[in-house]
Amino acid sequence: MTLIAFILLAVLATVGYVLNRQAAAAITADGTRLHSLKHFHGLFSLLSVLVPVLVLLCLYLALQTPIINMVTMASLPDGVLDGMGDGAQQLVLAEIRSVSQGRVFGTPEDWKIIAAERMVALYQYADIAMVTMVIILSSVILVLTRRRVTAEFRARQAAETIIHGFMIACSTVAILTTIGIILALAFEAIRFFEMVPFTDFLFGVNWEPQIPIREDQIAAEGAFGWLPVIVGTAVVATIAMLLATPIGLLTAIYLNEFAPRGLRAVVKPVLEILAGVPTVVYGFFAILVVAPALRGAGADLGIGISPNTALAAGGVMGIMLIPFISSFADDALSAVPRALRDGSLAIGATRGETMLKVQFPAAIPGIVGGVLLAVSRAIGETMIVVMAAGLMANLTINPLDSVTTVTVQIVTLLIGDTAFDNPKTLAAFALGLMLFILTLGINVLALRIVRKYREIYD
Amino acid sequence: MVDTTQMGTPPRKTSLTHSSAQVARRKRKDVVLQGFGIAAILIAFSVLFILVASLVRTGYTAFVQTHVTLEVFVDPGEISEEGLPRGGFRDVLTAALLENLPEADPDEDARAVRNILSNGAQFDLRDRVVADPSLIGQTITLTAPVSDPFDQLNKGGVNRETPEDQRRVNNQEVAWFDTLAEAGLISTPFNIGLFTHADSRFPELAGLKGAIVGSFWALLTCFVISFPIGIGAAIYLEEFAPRNRMSDFIEVNINNLAAVPSVVFGLLALAVFLNWFGLPRSAPFVGGMTLALMTMPTIIIATRAALKAVPPSIREAALGVGASKQQVVFGHVLPLAMPGILTGTIIGLAQALGETAPLLLIGMNAFITSAASSPFDASTALPTQIFIWADSPERGFVSRTSAAILVLLGFLVTMNAIAIYLRNKFERRW
Amino acid sequence: MNDMRLTERNMTDQKIKMQARGVDVFYGDTQAIKTVDVDIQDKTVTAFIGPSGCGKSTFLRCLNRMNDTIDVCRVTGDIRLDEEDIYDPRVDPVQLRAKVGMVFQKPNPFPKSIYDNVAYGPRIHGLATNKAELDEIVEKSLRRAAIWDEAKDRLDQPGTGLSGGQQQRLCIARAVATNPEVLLMDEPCSALDPIATAQVEELIDELRERFSVVIVTHSMQQAARVSQKTAFFHLGELVEFGETSQIFTNPQDTRTESYITGRIG
Repeated sequence: MTLIAFILLAVLATVGYVLNRQAAAAITADGTRLHSLKHFHGLFSLLSVLVPVLVLLCLYLALQTPIINMVTMASLPDGVLDGMGDGAQQLVLAEIRSVSQGRVFGTPEDWKIIAAERMVALYQYADIAMVTMVIILSSVILVLTRRRVTAEFRARQAAETIIHGFMIACSTVAILTTIGIILALAFEAIRFFEMVPFTDFLFGVNWEPQIPIREDQIAAEGAFGWLPVIVGTAVVATIAMLLATPIGLLTAIYLNEFAPRGLRAVVKPVLEILAGVPTVVYGFFAILVVAPALRGAGADLGIGISPNTALAAGGVMGIMLIPFISSFADDALSAVPRALRDGSLAIGATRGETMLKVQFPAAIPGIVGGVLLAVSRAIGETMIVVMAAGLMANLTINPLDSVTTVTVQIVTLLIGDTAFDNPKTLAAFALGLMLFILTLGINVLALRIVRKYREIYD
Repeated sequence: MVDTTQMGTPPRKTSLTHSSAQVARRKRKDVVLQGFGIAAILIAFSVLFILVASLVRTGYTAFVQTHVTLEVFVDPGEISEEGLPRGGFRDVLTAALLENLPEADPDEDARAVRNILSNGAQFDLRDRVVADPSLIGQTITLTAPVSDPFDQLNKGGVNRETPEDQRRVNNQEVAWFDTLAEAGLISTPFNIGLFTHADSRFPELAGLKGAIVGSFWALLTCFVISFPIGIGAAIYLEEFAPRNRMSDFIEVNINNLAAVPSVVFGLLALAVFLNWFGLPRSAPFVGGMTLALMTMPTIIIATRAALKAVPPSIREAALGVGASKQQVVFGHVLPLAMPGILTGTIIGLAQALGETAPLLLIGMNAFITSAASSPFDASTALPTQIFIWADSPERGFVSRTSAAILVLLGFLVTMNAIAIYLRNKFERRW
Repeated sequence: MNDMRLTERNMTDQKIKMQARGVDVFYGDTQAIKTVDVDIQDKTVTAFIGPSGCGKSTFLRCLNRMNDTIDVCRVTGDIRLDEEDIYDPRVDPVQLRAKVGMVFQKPNPFPKSIYDNVAYGPRIHGLATNKAELDEIVEKSLRRAAIWDEAKDRLDQPGTGLSGGQQQRLCIARAVATNPEVLLMDEPCSALDPIATAQVEELIDELRERFSVVIVTHSMQQAARVSQKTAFFHLGELVEFGETSQIFTNPQDTRTESYITGRIG
């Protein structure tokens, strides 16, 4: 039905184009000059139909399910939901939903089956209402726009105004996304901090996100102190940066100043390939090759290395960041005016001296910006650590030990079915909020440095 | 104070070709620096080499699959037309195997012998009989995959020298397999199932169809949403927006979005799309919307760069003949910028194809044994399938994972090659 | 004392510091310089003049092998510094450039302090063994470049904060700090205002006492003011070379005459 609604809309919009174009053509038949070309009269009608109805249709689709859920739950027989928490109610809803879709497990109570049938009926009504809405609304607009076709009508300006509005709407999507991220994270995080005090989260040294499975279970209360998690993140990110920064910078220096053109033409694409490898691949590489190799080396040296050592995750993450840093540093070095390089060479400095004493220091702001962006990436990187780092939160800075990171915890807490009413799930959003704030701070700083730096030499 | 008449030492009368110790030392430093640079590049290269080599080494075996070819008597005693689709298909297959293994005891070893065949073989047989019930009572030739331990045995993944108790196949099973091989019943054809099957608990049956279809739907959704919105935003910001604090703010916003960790987008999708709007879990459509939000900054940045590269003279020329600003942009500037925009879009989509973390959070790592037929069905995607398989304990999934990665990298290389081709073909120097 | 120096100068006046024979320069496939022969005398200012694009800057950059830093550039022919072939494969351009310094069209001070700008050359060449010696060289160089009085109180401030004319004199100080034998100047005044230009021209005249100076200029007046020898380039060829006074008053070649009278250029 959704597809039918979209096709109908497209057809009606095209009809609008054709009708208005013909109407405009009819006016010109007796030699009258139009203000706007025929094409724009058609375009005006097309856009007038398409834009508002499309927006409504999307809104309708987005709101349909929550409203139907609400109606279904509200119409349940009195008393069946008494004493249920948020989570239990959601489970009921999920069960009704799966029954309505024909997936019946066990023998649900009668009222659930009735509710499921109601839900099916509601969806049918909703579909019919949607298609009707599209037809009626589009037709009304068609008639209205058809009436406006006159020789004097400024169809081009009208159409351009609609396009202009559409483009403005497009550019606000970026802002809406940011607002959406902040709202979603903050909203769920606040619910988390209602259950777990903020100070416990910020200064706690234990991270054991268990929740009681049964009401009477007392053993596992769960602890939500994020310090071991953030320290683990710092350990992994530090290892990554210690590996990536020198190699990335040396690569950039060599490519920028010394590499023969043929070599540069080979190395650049290879680095681009390295940069394009998805992180899930790096993660598998870490568990398939790097971690066993490290463990083997550790065994040879008589050092006990944890199977989930931070060294493996951090090292592979460092490899991932090499092309990122080197391309940033290469750009920054290239932005240093040639005159400075010439000036140094003309004094009789070697190319190495010129690079290390003139070009590199001049490029430092840009390079620092790039390295900061790499740090932000290392903190936010997910798949490598999910696959290669540990799950247990140990408060340690020993790189041979297993540590966990913010992103690992977010993913493990949210993987599988999730209910939005327990601290375990919500803790992930609290961690997400901290991660967002942290990376946002670094990004803003880095982008500002890079921008300032560009202005110097432009 | 210095004696200004004796300014500087007299010019050093050293020959240009004579290298002093000091110059030699400086040049050595230069060489050392270059050496470090080359070493850094070598490290990057060798890592890439090890990465690809280890993937190929573990993954190439998954592109072929060990099959056994059996003459199967479709015993009417086990399978009756009325009973279809139920019937003793498994027993029929076991009987066919036993026929080729004279040394196995039909009663005691039946269970063990049956395990040579993949669990999927009985369903293959069932589907054929259901499609053509006249086969009942006849003998048909069936080629079916063997189960994972025997597949590994055939491909050398199981070392025959290892002590029996540390092997996944015991000596008797090895002997049976060798008997079948000597009878010429074992073949190792190209593993079509890798591309035509969806996921399975059994490595020998698991394929990528579900993941590839899921990724296709997700990328399609991503493209349909991010391409028009991205271009619309870029055109507005580059060509129409007044230079004020608002457009500055939008620009900073876009640059920041490009650097927000992908897992945060997953959280956004989980909270907003799934929890607030109640969209279905594990659906490629939701995944595509999430990826679209992440791809949009890339497309906007690439489009703006491409628009910037179109020289102002083109705009002035068109404006000069009385075209409106929008006619100039859509009629002249945008077509000229299109190759650059497409290149940026393809690169953005390639990134989206490899993105994993946000898809995990919206449940696209579910175990789903059929390919999605619409973007609203539950599905996996290529990267999440890799994640699932990487997490599976069976030996057969290691090579499956590597193979899946090779397939994913194949797609990525193709997309990037197209982007590079476009860039080179249409690149214009103004 | 002054007299002694003058005699010294007169004695060396005849000495040829650099000698170029049959120099061709190619950028990829296009030839930028065609068989140029020039003699640069010691302790003399030699000016290269000619219309833009005539190859005078390209030729100047051959004299300290700065063209090496451009990938597509190829130089053939014979250029000698004190009888030594500077394009000999055994010659290290680094050592050559220490002897043949260069000042560029646009002032290009490093984004470092004034002190570090001047000390850069002496430091890399190891000309000073301690801080006091380095201080001495820096002061001496800044004095020679006639910028000491303006810079002495702000030695630790960035060189990029100076005015255009001051920056160019700083760059000259930087170039003389390594104690070169030849100083190449590529249109050193083209980015400067008239007052700064006058200061730099005065400075060039003083520098002649110690170095042989080669200056590329598009201004004939400047060439006439500062140089003793003038070479006129046109379309990559050396048209005429001789005493400045003779070139400007009695040119032998019609092309030179046309340029000087303003008919080409």
